[in-house]
Amino acid sequence: MKKVSQVLLVVLAIAVFMTACSPSAPAAPVESEPQANGEKVGETLRIGVVSPMSGPGATAGKYIVNGVKLLEEKLRAEGGLLVGDTRYPIEFLYEDNEAKEETTTNVYQKLINQDNVIAIVGPDMSKAILAAGPIAQSAGVVAVGTFTTNEAVTQVGDYIFRACFIDPFQGKAAATYAWDAGYKTAAVIYNNADAYSKGLYENFELAFTELGGEIVEVQAYSGSDIKDYNVQLTKIKAANPDVIFIPNMFTEIPLQVRQARELGITAKFVGGDSMDAPEVAELAGFENIEGTAYVSAFSPDNPDPVAQEFVKAFNDAYGMNPNSNAVLAYEAAMMILESIKNATTIDRKGVRDAMASLKDLHLPSGTITVGPDRNPIKGAAILMYNAEGVPEFVVNVNP
Amino acid sequence: MKFSKRLKSVLPVIGLAALYGLIMLLKSMGIANNYHIQILMFAGVNIMMTLSLNVVNGFTGQFSIGHAGFMSLGAYGSAIITTLILKPSVIPASMQIPVFLLSLLVGGLVAAMVGYLIGLPTLKLKGDYLAIVTLAFGEIVRAGLRLIEPIGAARGMIGVPNYANLAWIFLFVALTLFFVRNIIYSRFGRAWIAIRDNEIAAEAMGIDSTRYKIISFTFSAFIAGVAGGLYAHVVSFIQPDTFSFVKSSDLLVFLYAGGSGSLTGSIVGALLLTSLPEALRFLASWRLVIYALVLVIVMLYRPKGLTGGYELPFLRITRKEIYENRKKKLPETPLQETEEGEM
Amino acid sequence: MTTFFQLLIYGLQLGSVYALLALGYTMVYGIVGMINFAHGDFLMIGALSTVFLAMAFMNTSSAALSAIQVITIILIAMIGTGLIGVLVEAIAYKPLRDRPRMTALITAVGVSMFLQNFPRALPFIGPNPRPFPRLFPLVQLNLWGVTITSTQLIMLSLSIILMVVLYFIVNKTPLGAQMRAVSMDKDAALLMGININVIISLTFFIGAALASSSGIFYASIYPQVDVYMGSWLGTKSFIAAVLGGIGDIRGAMLGGFILGISEIFATSINSNLGYMIGFIVLILILLFKPAGLLGKFSIEKV
Repeated sequence: MKKVSQVLLVVLAIAVFMTACSPSAPAAPVESEPQANGEKVGETLRIGVVSPMSGPGATAGKYIVNGVKLLEEKLRAEGGLLVGDTRYPIEFLYEDNEAKEETTTNVYQKLINQDNVIAIVGPDMSKAILAAGPIAQSAGVVAVGTFTTNEAVTQVGDYIFRACFIDPFQGKAAATYAWDAGYKTAAVIYNNADAYSKGLYENFELAFTELGGEIVEVQAYSGSDIKDYNVQLTKIKAANPDVIFIPNMFTEIPLQVRQARELGITAKFVGGDSMDAPEVAELAGFENIEGTAYVSAFSPDNPDPVAQEFVKAFNDAYGMNPNSNAVLAYEAAMMILESIKNATTIDRKGVRDAMASLKDLHLPSGTITVGPDRNPIKGAAILMYNAEGVPEFVVNVNP
Repeated sequence: MKFSKRLKSVLPVIGLAALYGLIMLLKSMGIANNYHIQILMFAGVNIMMTLSLNVVNGFTGQFSIGHAGFMSLGAYGSAIITTLILKPSVIPASMQIPVFLLSLLVGGLVAAMVGYLIGLPTLKLKGDYLAIVTLAFGEIVRAGLRLIEPIGAARGMIGVPNYANLAWIFLFVALTLFFVRNIIYSRFGRAWIAIRDNEIAAEAMGIDSTRYKIISFTFSAFIAGVAGGLYAHVVSFIQPDTFSFVKSSDLLVFLYAGGSGSLTGSIVGALLLTSLPEALRFLASWRLVIYALVLVIVMLYRPKGLTGGYELPFLRITRKEIYENRKKKLPETPLQETEEGEM
Repeated sequence: MTTFFQLLIYGLQLGSVYALLALGYTMVYGIVGMINFAHGDFLMIGALSTVFLAMAFMNTSSAALSAIQVITIILIAMIGTGLIGVLVEAIAYKPLRDRPRMTALITAVGVSMFLQNFPRALPFIGPNPRPFPRLFPLVQLNLWGVTITSTQLIMLSLSIILMVVLYFIVNKTPLGAQMRAVSMDKDAALLMGININVIISLTFFIGAALASSSGIFYASIYPQVDVYMGSWLGTKSFIAAVLGGIGDIRGAMLGGFILGISEIFATSINSNLGYMIGFIVLILILLFKPAGLLGKFSIEKV
């Protein structure tokens, strides 16, 4: 019996290795015979999509995947991406980074080396792309962060791009809104374990004080697993601010809003892009979050025809409105597709060079041009939660 | 006699070199790629960590469940040298390897020093209380690192130069195996095993159990520190939360599922259980469920671990060798001769 | 001064959660000598099942839940989790009872991973956080400048009632005497005719049920529930149990409150300190009282 179990163990070990070492996706065959409509069929191009499909960020992952799937379906209906006279079938590979930096590096390695992707969409979190970006950079693969707003992201290297605005712009937009709304004093509660949260808070503080406002209280908590903000909020209550800025993740905001209201704080909240998730209103309680304004990459009320078309398609497919995550993922993928079309040679470097010179691409959230620092020049929208927990358009902010 | 012994100790080195050559061959043939290499590198680091834990938990019979703390001290210690002080931009390219090795040494020493300082007051505690303290230690290190701004605090340190590659990992794993095996079969190891088997009897035999426990802890911490330094230079990004209790419990799983008290067990446990979650990626959200089930089943049906105490031939040592070793160190006395038949 | 009392209230509230959870740890350790790392996940199971039970009840009746419904929900959640605890013990821990302790520990790690990831993989649960239903009516009272909510009062009283009941059962009933006998010496208890398996299963039942109540209370304060909520709390309440003296019920309660209160006060000084304080307090206490505040070292026989 002992021998049998030993043999079984060896077999198990070998099996594990074989599956882990499954051969890489082969380079697809060269162009085949021209089709009836005169188009040639090119090789299948693979694009990786990294998002938090599990773990605390999973809601975002759902929207990201749905956003890209919309594009995938459209391409499938057309048979692929038309570049010149060749149709290239596009395959999207969805990978889960569990909202963790380490997992993102693993997944990047897998997509780059195992699956031979030509470019990567995502992830959505600044800290994840900061950790994994160097891998894409040294391998020479374009990575487009969807909602990675921290400034340091594109500084990782010339293969790292993003589809969203950056924190200095966002902080200024939030501060300008708060100031224009008549708030003179502000308090902040932020997560000092998250580069995004800290960066956004610092940009807000800079902009708000420049406008003449005063930051009366700053409180921090260290980590996303913290649920108790009562201590910090008690201090904020004592400082009596006009408005409270909460540049935190959508898993932390609901409890902060709730606890603040339970403590008797009546000041309104202002947030950043991470507030743009429907679960936020539900978890926070509609009556608590009513009147909260936030900076968003996209407004479903945008009358622009491209935007409206996207909203309608999303609704038809999934029965709900898209949020910033969905839109930006879609746009990041569009940026890659457009770069493939414009590339001099269809390979990783070609895509990079094409993307760096992307101009006037008409996307649902506006027309974008990629700037010299690989940040897209685009505007934002301020949305506000109404009494039913539905975000409503307030004003556009342009760079 | 002597030749075969020499061959026996050289064989594993040849074997390892051949294994490395095979992997490089596979890579050039396109069968293996950077993704696999990365998994192997993580597995290598985990093997070192498991061996280090084996020294304390497996051979000395102690109960350390916060070993990730040493790993993080080593990781940060070495990363500070290569990323903040002797950055790639300030040193000439030829100095990169010496700086790297120096940083690993620093990482190991930092971890060993802390291990020693922690060990002094706490190794008097027994069993579960030692476990709690080691757990607390691991978490205090983590929480402490989160506070230090120059190293990135809770956000972590990015841009650690990617000095470690598979060859280095292979080398260090081999070195670790060499040193651990030899120290286990020295008087230190014998003292540790005596302490593990029956501490009171060992004390009665004149072994200062606290002193040897501290030595075991410090030695183990050094290895863990070096492993941590290697880790930092593989992933190029470290943050305190990587080295939490979750990591410590992962190491415990590698050790006990592989077979504690057996060096082969540490290799098998770390190697298998590092690759398993990657191999199971196709299962998506069921991945960790299956992994958990595999773990429980292994512990239920092979509670001594996968290897069950078995050692690979070149890691084993025969009683004859132990006896011969001992004989070399003790002078001949009449009492020795009657012991020849027994052991 | 009002801040002091306000923080004290929060500390008591958090402390009662830790205390209830630590009780389960300590009881299991006392009876089978095992640290059940999966214990924190019973907390999660209690909270999660309450979410679904409340949904089921709300479908059939009006918006708010009546007191009877709330009590029923809590009881069902506690009993259900208790049964899951018994099941876990029977499948994963019982076969390892005579094995070295580390084996059971690793198995517990595996069980914990399973309990977290299995619900996560199920489509109707998933990894997303869910809102916790309002079980207790929310009324804000203002006493001498300190805000106390009715939720806090109800929770604290229920926790204390549960602890008192447990203490009574363990120390004043024949059943409790059997439990104490098994924890002192398993083999002697067996020889005295006590059915060890039943007692052990009962201990796990009670421990898991208490953990689930702790989960319900925790989720009532922080109404966001997800499958991972139990593990960090489990580790902290384990610290609390050791702090108070592992194996001792009063020690677990004491340890839980000490941990909760010190955490809140430390956070008010510095959020990072609050993160570390539990471990610091632990080390300090162990330095002066190596067995924990109320613990006793058992004589190790040669």
